[in-house]
Amino acid sequence: MFKKILIANRGEIACRVIKTARKMGIATVAVYSDADRNALHVKMADEAVHIGASPANQSYIVIDKIMAAVRASGAEAVHPGYGFLSENRAFAAALEAEGVVFIGPPSSAIEAMGDKITSKKIAQEAGVSTVPGYMGLIADADDAVKIAGQVGYPVMIKASAGGGGKGMRIAWSESEVKEGFESSKNEAAASFGDDRIFIEKFVTQPRHIEIQVLADSHGNCVYLHERECSIQRRNQKVIEEAPSPFLDAATRKAMGEQACALARAVGYTSAGTVEFIVDGARNFYFLEMNTRLQVEHPVTELITGVDLVEQMIRVAAGQALPFAQGDLQINGWAMESRLYAEDPYRNFLPSIGRLTRYRPPVESASAEVVVRNDTGVFEGGEISMYYDPMIAKLCTWAPTRLQSIEAMRLALDTFEVEGIGHNLPFVAAVMDHPRFVSGNITTAFIAEEYPEGFQGAVLDSSTLRRAAAAACAMNFVAEVRRTRISGTMDNHERKVGRDWVVTLQDVAHRVTLAPDRDGSTVTFADGAALRVTSDWTPGQPLARLLVDGTPLVMKVGKIPSGFRLRLRGADLKCHVRTPRAAELALLMPEKMPPDTSRFLLCPMPGLVVKINVAEGDEVQEGQALATVEAMKMENILKAERRGVVKKISASAGASLRVDDIIMEFE
Amino acid sequence: MNDILAQLEQRRAVARSGGGAHRVAAQHAKGKLTARERIELLLDDGSFEEYDMFVRHRCTDFGMEADRPAGDGVVTGWGTVNGRMVYVFSQDFTVFGGSLSETHAQKICKIMDMALQNGAPVIGINDSGGARIQEGVASLAGYAEVFQRNVLASGVVPQISLIMGPCAGGAVYSPAMTDFIFMVKDTSYMFVTGPDVVKTVTNEVVTAEDLGGASTHTKKSSVADGAFENDVEALAEARRLIDFLPLSNRTAGPVRPFFDDVARVENSLDTLIPDNPNQPYDMKELILKLADEGDFFEIQKDYAANIIIGFLRLEGRSVGVVANQPMVLAGCLDIDSSRKAARFVRFCDAFEIPILTLVDVPGFLPGVAQELGGVIKHGAKLLFAYGEATVPKVTVITRKAYGGAYDVMASKHLRGDVNYAWPTAEIAVMGAKGASEILYRSELGDPAQIAQRAKDYEARFANPFVAAERGFIDEVILPHSTRRRVARAFAALRGKKLSNPWKKHDNIPL
Repeated sequence: MFKKILIANRGEIACRVIKTARKMGIATVAVYSDADRNALHVKMADEAVHIGASPANQSYIVIDKIMAAVRASGAEAVHPGYGFLSENRAFAAALEAEGVVFIGPPSSAIEAMGDKITSKKIAQEAGVSTVPGYMGLIADADDAVKIAGQVGYPVMIKASAGGGGKGMRIAWSESEVKEGFESSKNEAAASFGDDRIFIEKFVTQPRHIEIQVLADSHGNCVYLHERECSIQRRNQKVIEEAPSPFLDAATRKAMGEQACALARAVGYTSAGTVEFIVDGARNFYFLEMNTRLQVEHPVTELITGVDLVEQMIRVAAGQALPFAQGDLQINGWAMESRLYAEDPYRNFLPSIGRLTRYRPPVESASAEVVVRNDTGVFEGGEISMYYDPMIAKLCTWAPTRLQSIEAMRLALDTFEVEGIGHNLPFVAAVMDHPRFVSGNITTAFIAEEYPEGFQGAVLDSSTLRRAAAAACAMNFVAEVRRTRISGTMDNHERKVGRDWVVTLQDVAHRVTLAPDRDGSTVTFADGAALRVTSDWTPGQPLARLLVDGTPLVMKVGKIPSGFRLRLRGADLKCHVRTPRAAELALLMPEKMPPDTSRFLLCPMPGLVVKINVAEGDEVQEGQALATVEAMKMENILKAERRGVVKKISASAGASLRVDDIIMEFE
Repeated sequence: MNDILAQLEQRRAVARSGGGAHRVAAQHAKGKLTARERIELLLDDGSFEEYDMFVRHRCTDFGMEADRPAGDGVVTGWGTVNGRMVYVFSQDFTVFGGSLSETHAQKICKIMDMALQNGAPVIGINDSGGARIQEGVASLAGYAEVFQRNVLASGVVPQISLIMGPCAGGAVYSPAMTDFIFMVKDTSYMFVTGPDVVKTVTNEVVTAEDLGGASTHTKKSSVADGAFENDVEALAEARRLIDFLPLSNRTAGPVRPFFDDVARVENSLDTLIPDNPNQPYDMKELILKLADEGDFFEIQKDYAANIIIGFLRLEGRSVGVVANQPMVLAGCLDIDSSRKAARFVRFCDAFEIPILTLVDVPGFLPGVAQELGGVIKHGAKLLFAYGEATVPKVTVITRKAYGGAYDVMASKHLRGDVNYAWPTAEIAVMGAKGASEILYRSELGDPAQIAQRAKDYEARFANPFVAAERGFIDEVILPHSTRRRVARAFAALRGKKLSNPWKKHDNIPL
């Protein structure tokens, strides 16, 4: 076994690999860029090597710099994580040339599968079913339009070297093909240093289900069942689970066996993933093979009990797999939520900055529930503009799917992330969405269920009541404390009343509160009573309560004369007032937020790449107005309605903050 | 007997009805509460003790004798806020537009005299069309009587003004002399002369909102200390502020049970200061992480945002905070921020509220506008305020403390009691680049040499240890333990006794 390995990656996956290496008694070497000087993976590793400037193309994806770090540290093997150099044949070859072990498949397999066009051919030859598409390379936008016409709309434009949604666009028309081709190409060049693009038919109503395979150098190849990754936004996976609620045993077996056949066909070793699109009739088509550890691998680990990173290291060290196909059962159900620094209230635009508060739920494992959080950040750390905006991967496991979902809901409510915008409320809302809970999902789930974007979850009346009762009880604690201030008039102290009106999501609940030694009972106007107990005290940002015996967890903030409550994907203003104060509050006028529709505001911090219009131009709804680059993604800002450009306030090259004015309309 | 008792109830009912249902409805239609409703929300339930309910005006000109409503357009008395006594007056716009008559003024003066004598804050709720013209000079005299009491009460009992409607002409000068002014957005305005007069005299066309609305006074003129969405919110926040303040300069500040760990460690503060010295960070994060329960009541947040002022609690006791904000103008001192902070420091000193100063200041803002605007005298206000303050003063330098601004920001030399610095502090005459360009003027032609000089200077002086060697810094502390260190510093200062030489009063550079 190796004595020391280097992890050629950053963030949560570097931390993840370090954990297993440590468990196996292997010393670890981290690499880091300028921006990652204080990163968690650097602190966790036994040693760390600086490899250059912050942009990945000056550090993490520069083979020479990684090779220098390998030499300097004397690492015997390199784990590449995912992304960066993980599927770079040249990197694997460079390591091989210096006698350093690449913890991954042979470079020949990476080459065979790394190119989506060749991989499809090989898959067809290996008897794996595939999606129709154009396998050749595409010269320019006009060529792309021609090919798209032949394949038939809608089409998917993909970076040949791509993954994770980068450099990927769906086009429904010629103009979208033109636009998508250019931006895919640019993104692919920036992210992967490879701007080759291909086009294939976009299968509508599909599910994304993938098979985890594991092969050793002794000719053994097994599949560790499937993961369903259908909950995606712009082809970026958001929620994954294992097993899939959709597959039957026969389909699972067929997919698993085809996946292994493909792995064998390319002489695969290590962990790999074969991605399929599955239609409503459980027909499945090969999509691509990822010759690396996947982001969502923890859900497989949770249902199989296999540490995939450990097996990758063992296979790389020449050991044989310790289990056969028959040993790999599906145990229980696992969910993964990817927490991204993407603001769901701003159409998921990247949000960078300092994590002023970061308190994940406590990791735990029992026979009923497992909570696992893979992360690479810490409170006081920075979400940088240079890399993927992932904050953490929160996983839960439980014997059944519904129990696993319930555990995830609670874990998300408990997860505190402040300082930046993030998608936690959105993920929490999905966990409560009836269609998601039913398991009747497709990759179009988010687009279909949230066509107008996300404005926060609307809670059902019973959850609202629970929150209202909790808020009333919490307010009572705060009010009683207020009366305990020094300097009060003897014998004329304030008495805190029992009758309250709790306003939540514009609904007023008249309640009576009866405090006792351990908590209080909140009785609603219709006679229903909820018992609330909690050790919450004023100022605690997280309230853990028991309402009628079941847990309720809320994030609690202050707003003038009330609370801000966040739970289950909802962000609520809550006022607890005496009946008289509530009556007077009703007299207050409703104030509309200022009208910003005449302005194009910068939706995220970023760099203006291009202004597409000039002052005085008449623009149509949907017309591209400006391009802003953030997190390596080019975001085209489009006109929301027809109008005439009055004034342009920002120019190309300008670095803007959120809500800076880009242009004004008449 | 019963008839007589009933008669009192009847008289009370008439007085309570103010200007009548019609005018009350008009008041509500404007989004405003009535004078009595406001008092209900300001005070604890059932705690209001009203005085002078039956006072009527004595004017006989212009047919006024025919209309003499009980109360005369202002409701006065006292009550409690979370059990602590406050005096209150609330002008009733439904009666003669809340205009101030001789008797109206007498009612206000009566409770102000009581407040001064009995040692309790005065909360004034302003909603008045101005002087009662019919009363002429008697009304003006009434204003002046109130003004005089504002002056005498200043520094003796806290005075808070809530502007909840018009406040124009001479009326503005009473709130102007109180400690805090809060306005309600869209329904309140303050100006000496209104838009019509302005148009006539200077030919400037301006709306009442732009001339004297909440936004104008909290963002541009700094007349007001805060703006709230509506009456209900403003009154709730006034209660919150009152909980931070002592009842008078004769009583100790309030202490409240707190639910927080005095020794709470905040590891994230160890990464608050960015690697790049020119990169800003949000000083409010430090304030919120220092405060008990993360509770901070900010004053004048929309004005001169390069300095932050407000109240927090440590161990349940009020502390006034003054902090440079690197996010705005790099946190430098200028005319506006000096004036803003100076008045706050003097308020805290007057009422024995300890002062915590958080320093990251690159100096005074250079510029023609600043010099011509008198930054010398205005900057001196803050210097003076800190220098004369005898309350416990604890200072934490987080990063830059350059030049004269270092001296100003509650330095050891201005009788700072406990002066801490983070290891990231740079206490120096100026930044490395500027210093080396002056010290090595002859080498200016050689950029490489100058850069080296700057680097050397940085290594020697850009740290807290030069100051610590001289005892100007009492201790260099770890950022994550700042709450504990600061709380213990104030705890050790609870017995502080310090007085200035006797004087009639000082002569602060106004």
